[in-house]
Amino acid sequence: MIQTMHVLWLSTILFVIGTAGVLIRRNAIVMLMSVELMLNAVNLALIGFARQFRDVTGQVYVIFIMTVAAAEVAIGLALFVAVFRHKRTLDTQKIDLLRW
Amino acid sequence: MTTAIALIPFWPLLGFLINILFGKRLRSASAYLAIGMLALSFLTSVAVFTRFVGDPASVLVPLFSWMSVGALNVEVNFLVDQLTVVMLLVVTGVGTLIHVYSVGYMHGDERYSRFFAYMNLFAAMMLVLVLADNYVVMFVGWECVGLCSYLLIGFWFERPFGSGTTNDAARKAFIVNRVGDFGFLLGVFLIWTAVGGVSFQQTSSAVESGYVTPGVATIATLLLFIGATGKSAQIPLYVWLPDAMAGPTPVSALIHAATMVTAGVYMVARSHFLFDIAPFSQNVVLWVGALTALFAASMGVQENDIKKILAYSTISQLGYMFMGVGAGAYAAGVFHLMTHAFFKALLFLGAGAVIHALHGEQDITRMGGLRNRMPLVHGTFLIGALALAGFPLTAGFFSKDSVLAGVYAHGDFAVWCIGVLTAGVTAFYTFRLYFLVFSGSSRDEKGRDLHAPASSMTSILLILAILSLVGGYVELPFHILAAFSAFLSPVVGMSSHEGIPELALMTVVFLFVLGGIGVSWAWYGRREQDATALAAEPANPFLRTLRRKWYVDEIYEVLLIRPIRWTSRTVLWRVIDEWIIHGFLVQFCGGYLWKAIGFVVSFSHTGRVGSYAFGIVVGVLVIISLIAR
Repeated sequence: MIQTMHVLWLSTILFVIGTAGVLIRRNAIVMLMSVELMLNAVNLALIGFARQFRDVTGQVYVIFIMTVAAAEVAIGLALFVAVFRHKRTLDTQKIDLLRW
Repeated sequence: MTTAIALIPFWPLLGFLINILFGKRLRSASAYLAIGMLALSFLTSVAVFTRFVGDPASVLVPLFSWMSVGALNVEVNFLVDQLTVVMLLVVTGVGTLIHVYSVGYMHGDERYSRFFAYMNLFAAMMLVLVLADNYVVMFVGWECVGLCSYLLIGFWFERPFGSGTTNDAARKAFIVNRVGDFGFLLGVFLIWTAVGGVSFQQTSSAVESGYVTPGVATIATLLLFIGATGKSAQIPLYVWLPDAMAGPTPVSALIHAATMVTAGVYMVARSHFLFDIAPFSQNVVLWVGALTALFAASMGVQENDIKKILAYSTISQLGYMFMGVGAGAYAAGVFHLMTHAFFKALLFLGAGAVIHALHGEQDITRMGGLRNRMPLVHGTFLIGALALAGFPLTAGFFSKDSVLAGVYAHGDFAVWCIGVLTAGVTAFYTFRLYFLVFSGSSRDEKGRDLHAPASSMTSILLILAILSLVGGYVELPFHILAAFSAFLSPVVGMSSHEGIPELALMTVVFLFVLGGIGVSWAWYGRREQDATALAAEPANPFLRTLRRKWYVDEIYEVLLIRPIRWTSRTVLWRVIDEWIIHGFLVQFCGGYLWKAIGFVVSFSHTGRVGSYAFGIVVGVLVIISLIAR
């Protein structure tokens, strides 16, 4: 039987992997993928709790997060295309236009 | 009835709105509009008066709730009782007459319609002041008439006046009134704190039930009286009224003689329930009134500006009114208020006709000999002067006598003596003015060709002269007739005159008045006067002090204006504004300090997404560790 604790452990591991990806990787697309991983880790935790408390609210929340994440990915990728046209790279170390 | 009452201040307000918006297109019709609107108010007031002849019950007209903040509830209601009715009739009646007079006086002025707009606004706000059923709405009217006074004193703002322009006089009036209004406002706050409401009804019932202690009532009435000294030009705040003569003469007649300046007397009479349980405040009112009456009269003795003499006499007569209400003889004070409105409006409008005829000349040393050349103005002015002097059988005689009898009955012999002495001085300076303007022969070539007053102006003088003669026959001494005080008795009660030697008192006053007129005739009326001798500084040090108005303006300049100016310039401007606010706060803190901090912190803005994400993660971890603890 799968306990809620197992789900939470999986969620935590995925979240940490995602966070590490955002912090370590330089490629913007990979960073975006890592952010998606973090979001889905949270989704997993929500579903785990929804199952434990037999409350559908958590699952509804997950649907919302997925919808927003899809929109976010669309905007993010569009921004990357625009940035790439200017800088010919997606290395975040080299994109530092917002510096003082 | 209630709708008609609510509309009384509305008509002139409507006239103001139309005249201020479309006045230039209306041209001369703007005057007729203004007169018509105020006449409507007058007719309504007469109708209200006839209702009160048969039925003494007061009328409360609820209009709307203005504000309701916590325990503070201010309802805009109109209260009409006998006191209100008297004020309504004086304001709208004398106001309408002065509006009609202004048609001739202001003819050809470039801001003709604006003048009538302001006059209508003034009338509307004065009506709000007298109709108000609580102190807050009264304060609204109180402030708005002050605004109209300011606008109308400075109406000819480009004209020179004294050492500055009429604008300076307007500002002086406004600022001095602010001092008094501050006291009034504090008084209202105190009443609200003590009573829990601001309406006259609530306050009087709180006094009756003993909820308001005499101590609180004393402080509240003294604060209210500070407001009255500002608006009604009493010591120490009277200094603005002589300068207010910079305005057009009809303004002086309406605002600075007949109506606005009497608002303080009305307010004290309206608050009689508070003054009745505060004998100390009553004594203050009594003595301030008496001293102001004598002091202002003494300054009229050596003044040479025709309008300023009348201004000092107004201050002095207001002093009489305060003596009346201070002695608890409220009906007598209001009676003098009414007759004063008649004869002082008459005198001002007569003076206006003289000034108009002499092409703007206001210096009485350069007038003279107008008796035969302006017979109608001369006749009406003489009636006004007799009434002001308190000559027997004129309106001023009956009201002044009634005030002095009230003071004597109250047991203030010293104040009564001051009042009698003032009556003599008043007779003297009034007839000095009369003789210098009308008798002898002209002392200046300006008097050669007179600018004849319009018939609309002279007819108003006639009406006011008749009122100054017969206006007193509503209240006669020796218990012959007490119609006026009986009419007011439901509001302020009856004051008894039992057991005072009325005839003896009256004779003493009469002798003083005759003496004043006699001395005046001997000095100024008997022989031709020389203009340069009149205008010259008198050699007698006492007369010279009077000519310089007891140096009060100079004393105020040294004691108040200069220290305030010095503080403003040196402390507030140089130290606080330039050093502390601009130097330390703006230039150092706002400038260098934050620039330095910003320069250091700006290094954290690397522009790299990774470093920002790292910052976010560290921040989240810190927060979680704090929450999870």
